[in-house]
Amino acid sequence: MLELRAITAGYDRRAPVVRDATLTVAPGESVGLLGPSGCGKSTLARVAALLHRPDAGTLLLDGAPVHRWRHRAPRELRTAVGVVFQQPRLSADPRLRLTDLIAEPLRATGRRAAVPVRMAELAETVGLTPDLLARRPHEVSDGQLQRACVARALVLRPRWLICDEMTAMLDASTTAALVGVVEDYRASTGAGLLAVGHDRTLLDRWCDRTADWETVTGRSCGGPGAGAPAGKAAS
Amino acid sequence: MTERPPVLSVRGLSVRFLLPGGRRIAAVTDARFDVAPGECLALIGESGCGKSVLASALLGLLPANAQTAGGAFLGDLDLLTADERTLARTVRGRRIGLIPQSPAAHLTPVRTVRSQMEETVAQLTGVRGRTALRTAAERAARRAGFPPDHLDRHPHELSGGLAQRAATALALIGDAPLLLADEPTTGLDRDLVDRTVDELRRHVDADGDRALLMITHDLAAAERVADRVAVMYAGRIVELADAKAFFGAPGPRHPYSRGLLDALPDRAFTPIPGMPPELGDLPDGCAFAARCDRATDACTALPPFTGSIACHHPAPAPAPAPAPEDIRA
Ligand SMILES: Nc1ncnc2c1ncn2[C@@H]1O[C@H](COP(=O)(O)OP(=O)(O)OP(=O)(O)O)[C@@H](O)[C@H]1O
Ligand code: SF4
Ligand SMILES: [Mg+2]
Repeated sequence: MLELRAITAGYDRRAPVVRDATLTVAPGESVGLLGPSGCGKSTLARVAALLHRPDAGTLLLDGAPVHRWRHRAPRELRTAVGVVFQQPRLSADPRLRLTDLIAEPLRATGRRAAVPVRMAELAETVGLTPDLLARRPHEVSDGQLQRACVARALVLRPRWLICDEMTAMLDASTTAALVGVVEDYRASTGAGLLAVGHDRTLLDRWCDRTADWETVTGRSCGGPGAGAPAGKAAS
Repeated sequence: MTERPPVLSVRGLSVRFLLPGGRRIAAVTDARFDVAPGECLALIGESGCGKSVLASALLGLLPANAQTAGGAFLGDLDLLTADERTLARTVRGRRIGLIPQSPAAHLTPVRTVRSQMEETVAQLTGVRGRTALRTAAERAARRAGFPPDHLDRHPHELSGGLAQRAATALALIGDAPLLLADEPTTGLDRDLVDRTVDELRRHVDADGDRALLMITHDLAAAERVADRVAVMYAGRIVELADAKAFFGAPGPRHPYSRGLLDALPDRAFTPIPGMPPELGDLPDGCAFAARCDRATDACTALPPFTGSIACHHPAPAPAPAPAPEDIRA
C-alpha cells in the first residue's frame, strides 16, 4: 500500500498549501487525484514521491513509515517509487544524452551491468530510436523528452508510480501513447499508480478510480493561489 | 463582411534552420491561411510540428540561423521583411499581443507581477501617474482572472496556472488587433482553460475588428474557441476546416487529423502509431505516409494543398451544395 495519512505540507509552515490530506493506493491499483490549478496537488505528489518532507502526517510505503525525504530517503524506498513530472524540460539534466538520462538511476544504484538490456527494452517500449537516444534534451521535442522521462521512471522497475500532470504538455496522440506505456508496465508488474491532474476525462479513462481534492483534504481548494474561486466570483 | 481584408494573411511562409555541417531543418513549409476580423483560428498539431516556429516568424523572433520565404501580412506590413526596430516599436505588444508558451520564462524573474503589469500599462496605454497605473494594472489582472492579491509575488512563487494568467493579462493590455496565443492553456485545469479561452474570445468579439490565432495541442480548447482549425503536420498545413464540421460531423478529412481526434480520452484513446518524422530528413512524398493506414503508391508524391486539404485519399468532403456530378444521379 501507498498511504498518505493526514499530510500537511507546503513552503511556509504558517501557510501550508496542503492540509490534512489522506489518500491510499493499493498494490496494482491506479488512482487519479483531481484538483484545480494551484491547489497543492503537485506538492502532495512530491510528498508521495519522497521529494518533499511534509510538515505533519505520515507516509507509509508497503507498511513502513517514511522518515526521510529527498536524498536522505533510504535507497530501497527511493528505488521503489518512479516519478514523472509535468515539464520534462525542468526535470531532465540538459547535459545528458537521452540514453544516459534514462540509464542514470541504474548507474546511481550500482546496476551498471543491467544497462544494455534494460535500455534496449525501454527504448522499444517508449518508442525512442537510437538516433533520438543519442541526442540531448534541447535537440528533441517535449513529447520525445517526456518519452525519455517515462523510460527513466520505469528503469528501476518501481512498485509505485507517481505521475504529476505527465501529459499536460503533450498532444493527444503522445498522451494516449504514454498512458499506454504506463498501463502496459503496470499490467506486467502489478505496480500501483497515483496520477495527479486536472483533466477529469483523462483520469476517468485512465484510472481505476479518481479522487477529488475536496475528498482527499476534507475541504475545497482555498490555499494560496486558488484563483479559480476568486475569479469565478468576479465574473 | 466578406469584403473586409483579413487581419493576418500568411502567404507561402517557409522557415528553414541552417545547422552546422550543412543540415537544414524544414520547420515550416509553404503555410497559407488568412485570419479574418472577428475570427479565431486554432492551429493544432503534435509537439514539434512547427507551430511555435510559425508564431516566432510572425513576430520576428526567429534565431539568427533561420531563413524565411513567402510573406505574412498584417495589413500592409510584411512581417517577414520588417526591420527589428519596426517590429519592436509598433508590432510586438501593440499590433500583435503575444501570449507565450512558457509564461514563467516570459515573465521577468526578479520583478513582481505588479511592477511588470504597471510597466506594460505605461508603455502601451496613455495611463500615467502612480495611482492610475496601480488601478489599471489591477484591472488588467482581473481581466485575465489573475487574483489581484497575488500581484506582489515574483513569478517563481506562482503555480503554472497563475503564471499563465499573468502572461495573458500582459498580452491583453495593448488591445492589439491580432492576438497570438501559443499554448495559452498548458497546465491549466479545465475551468481555467475555459475561462482563459473565453476571455480571448471575448477580446475578439468585443469590436469585431480583432482576430485570434491560437496555437494549441489542447483540442478541447480549440473546439471551444475556434471558428476554423488549421492542422499542421511536419511543418505543413495539411487541413484547414470549419471548426464545427471538424470536431462534429462529418469530422476531419485528413487521416492525420482523424488520428489526432481518435487519440482523445473521450474518443478511442488510441495513439497514432509511430512518431512524426524528423524535420531535417523529410520524405519526398507525404510526410505522414509511414503512419497512415490509407497510404498507397500515390503517396510517394507530395500531395498538393488544395486550400482545405493536402492528401491523396482524404475522407469525403462535406457536401453543403450538390457537386456537379451529383446532378446526373
Ligand atoms: N517555491 C515556492 N514558493 C512559494 N510558493 C510556492 C512555491 N511553489 C509553489 N508555490 C505555491 O503553492 C501553491 C500550490 O502549488 P502546486 O504547484 O502544488 O499547485 P498545482 O495544483 O500543481 O497547480 P498547477 O496545476 O497550476 O500547476 C501555489 O499557490 C503556488 O503558488
Ligand atoms: S497523402 Fe496518402 S499517406 Fe498522406 S495522409 Fe493522405 S492517404 Fe495518407
Ligand atoms: Mg501542478
